[in-house]
Amino acid sequence: MDSLTEINRQDGAPELRARARWLYVILALAITVLVARLVLLQVVEGERYGFLSEHNRVRIKRMPGTRGMIYDRGGHLLVDSRPSFELLFVPEDSDEPENTLRSLARYLERDEKELLDIFEENKKRQAFDEIVLGRDVDWNTVVAVEAHQLDLPGVTVRVRPRRNYETGPTAAHLLGYMGEVNQRQLKVMKDDGYSVGDEIGQFGLERRWEAVLRGQSGGQQFEVDALGRRVRVLSEVPDVPGQTVHLTIDRDLQEAAYEALKGKHGTIVAIDVNNGAILAMASAPTFDPNVFARGIKNDEWKALITDRLRPLANRAIQGQYPPGSTFKVIMAIATLEEGAMHPEAYIHDPGYYFFGNRQFRDWLKGGHGAVNLHRAVVESCDTYFYQAGQRLGVDKIAKWSRAFGLGEKSGAALDDEKGGLIPDTEWKRKRYKQPWLPGETLSVAIGQGYVTATPLQLANMMAAVANGGTLYRPRIVSKVSSVDGTKVQEYPPEKIRTIEIKPETLRRVQNALADVVTNARGTGGAARSPLIQVAGKTGTAQVIEMKGAYLKSEQLSYFSRDHAWFVSYGPVQNPQIAVTVLVEHGGHGGEAAAPLAKKVFEKFAELQKQPQDRRQVAGAGTQRAN
Amino acid sequence: MDRRLVSHFDWVLLLFSLALAGVGVMTIYSANYNVVTGHAGILPVRQTMWLGLGFIAMMAAISFDYHYIDRIAFPFFGIMLVLLIIVDLVGHSGGGSQRWINLGFFRLQPSEPAKIAIVFVMAKYFQQDEPPKGYYLRDLWIPALLVGPLVFLTLIQPDLGTAIILGIVFVSMVLMGGLRLRSFSYLVLAGLAVLPLGWRFLRPYQQNRVLTFLDPDRDPLGAGYHVIQSKIAIGSGQIFGKGFLHGTQNRLDFLPAQHTDFIFAVFSEEWGFLGCVALLLLYFAFIAYCLRIVQRAKDRFGALLVFGMTAIIFWHVVINIAMVCGVLPVVGVPLPMVSYGGSALASMMFAIGIIMNVSMRRYVF
Repeated sequence: MDSLTEINRQDGAPELRARARWLYVILALAITVLVARLVLLQVVEGERYGFLSEHNRVRIKRMPGTRGMIYDRGGHLLVDSRPSFELLFVPEDSDEPENTLRSLARYLERDEKELLDIFEENKKRQAFDEIVLGRDVDWNTVVAVEAHQLDLPGVTVRVRPRRNYETGPTAAHLLGYMGEVNQRQLKVMKDDGYSVGDEIGQFGLERRWEAVLRGQSGGQQFEVDALGRRVRVLSEVPDVPGQTVHLTIDRDLQEAAYEALKGKHGTIVAIDVNNGAILAMASAPTFDPNVFARGIKNDEWKALITDRLRPLANRAIQGQYPPGSTFKVIMAIATLEEGAMHPEAYIHDPGYYFFGNRQFRDWLKGGHGAVNLHRAVVESCDTYFYQAGQRLGVDKIAKWSRAFGLGEKSGAALDDEKGGLIPDTEWKRKRYKQPWLPGETLSVAIGQGYVTATPLQLANMMAAVANGGTLYRPRIVSKVSSVDGTKVQEYPPEKIRTIEIKPETLRRVQNALADVVTNARGTGGAARSPLIQVAGKTGTAQVIEMKGAYLKSEQLSYFSRDHAWFVSYGPVQNPQIAVTVLVEHGGHGGEAAAPLAKKVFEKFAELQKQPQDRRQVAGAGTQRAN
Repeated sequence: MDRRLVSHFDWVLLLFSLALAGVGVMTIYSANYNVVTGHAGILPVRQTMWLGLGFIAMMAAISFDYHYIDRIAFPFFGIMLVLLIIVDLVGHSGGGSQRWINLGFFRLQPSEPAKIAIVFVMAKYFQQDEPPKGYYLRDLWIPALLVGPLVFLTLIQPDLGTAIILGIVFVSMVLMGGLRLRSFSYLVLAGLAVLPLGWRFLRPYQQNRVLTFLDPDRDPLGAGYHVIQSKIAIGSGQIFGKGFLHGTQNRLDFLPAQHTDFIFAVFSEEWGFLGCVALLLLYFAFIAYCLRIVQRAKDRFGALLVFGMTAIIFWHVVINIAMVCGVLPVVGVPLPMVSYGGSALASMMFAIGIIMNVSMRRYVF
């Protein structure tokens, strides 16, 4: 062995060997420093630290920043936070947790078993985690716990801000709700300071604007004694309240839309035609976000998510429906712009149209007779648009649809928006690897077949028709301000594009849309109002997909009924607001949807009459409410 | 396989590794032990699985002649670079930083094997006989150009701890490779000049940690709080410790990342000063043993490889323990072989495998 090492030394690395000797010195130095530190911590100061860890425990209490408020455009409070009390229990702070809970039950006159059950359910938690025995408890509970603190080791009361939705279910989908931060979110956002049990925006604006609304947690570091009572505060960091979000929504209009939808399933969207501001967005069926604020119970949550009517879906942006005859607005514009039909050319409608060997029927049995573009829009003549569509071809239809924002997400700052679908030959080749069939163009021409759109998209389309061809990005937040009212960020109107249309085309289409409501033969007569002149287009969308095989007959008939549409704007002479109504399985658009739009328009007209005092309220809205 | 390789298998290194890994699994068990349920969950089991994986890596690392590394050093380095770029672009995000590539069954953290890649290329570069008075600064261009991007990519993940380790291993290798004294002082000055630049790459919470270290009262609830709690845990272990599974600070959830970077605090609380000194001695005996292999290596290349791997282990141990004891700012550096984590454990065992490789072949010609 020795001889081998001898040989080794001959080649090897002599310089390195010499340097390596120094490394032992460095090593010895490092170990000396670390051991010296350990001597200091564990031997010299060991007793002090031992005392800190055994007798007086240092604890930390985080205080989440007060969440920002949400106001409507007029400065009316929509959402704020109010203090509420939580009853907490840390079993490790009590020698006999069960007995403590029994005493507590006696003082509170609460059911003993209920408290013990909560304790039992939480057996598997981390040691020293608090068990929440009650949320939003009343003042008497607070007093009782404070008064009998000596008898109740480990029981504490904590103040917690709780979200308060002034409008209740009225704007639930829009505002969203709060919930406890989940494991996945915790992983992603740990460095943002979230910890188990924190509330976080889970849906709607609460989620989308979480970063703005949230504020920063503060906290206290304090010592507690053996009973879990605080001995002294070691340090404190104040919390920073969240910022205030100002919406473009009008509370009263939202209320009107919500009321109009009562007892129905569907959605109403109202947009300011001149800047894309969303004035109202209601979806039904709805839910009460305040239920989430007080802590939703398991069965309540299950009921919400398993409901076949999907009350948690925001139909305005997530519902993708065939637009039906409302699509004829696009068709009319495309027809005129592309010269597919002369505007005054008449076709004859016997009530059907033969294409190939297939008969495409008009909704009106017996037909509309001689029809030009104007009448075709007013009476919603299918036969006319079958022919127009045939002449245009699907790709030109798609081009004009996309120009008006269909087939893509509008980019409104709302989560989970869907894009709808505008088919063309390219799309079908990619999606189905098949060529486009000319017959399919005819279905598309009346807004059926593959075409789908969201109600928000159609509202935005009508806004562009009304304002002369400018497509704005729908906007929900107008500005963000800090708590003291100073402006932090403003969100001005944003143009998506200006659509190149001849004024002549727009004039004709707008006239036809006005006649839909005012003409005796128009399909939208139900939207006629003495307060405001409305232009619009009805639609009745066939529900092609019927998944209801396992449903009872009366349910089946409901779910296979047509969707009713009404897309509109007003006032005709000076358009300001575009309103889209969709009633799921409501039947005909003229009967089921147009009257709902009328209610929203009339509310709008009424609100327009009192602009002055509304503006004053808006100024006050930037002050902190409490 | 050459019989002599089997007979020269380095059992001492294997025993050191297994002893440290044993301490690791035991302490991870303790860190996750729940008094109420009496269970420690899945993490100690997983760590044992990683240990098995690490053993395979270790065996792979001894299965070939280490001179082969001369040929694979650049390709291996290239792969690490690409993996780090992938991580920064699309990596799995956890805890606010992108450090992982999700392989489904396993989240690979490429910055761990990157440490090994640096040692490979540096050993390759410095294996040539050094000039009589050492290398000039201009001789460092190539290694610096290689290592620079790696450090940068790690820093922007951001993973300050690993970036520091990468940099410090680089400097260690340069010094070991042989640098002129004057060139060395230039290097130190340049390092100081770059410091403020590096500062800007840190996330606010990292800057906060460093500032808090300099002034502990700055953030007693956040970064400072962790160190205070860690010190209470270590200190309260006193001389004899509270005993296995009897630590209280750890259980209170006071310790941040108690099974990863702060595992030493959990260990200290339960095993006290005596246990800590024993663990430190174990580490340093291990490192001293590796230095002996450096001295006895057959050639310069082997010596540099072993030195590099040893430097990785040494700096991890020193920085981690110093950080947990409040001697250095809190940067994320795991305790080798002990902290929870698959990529770190497997890489560390691969590194030890390389040391074994050189050790076994010092008699082979």
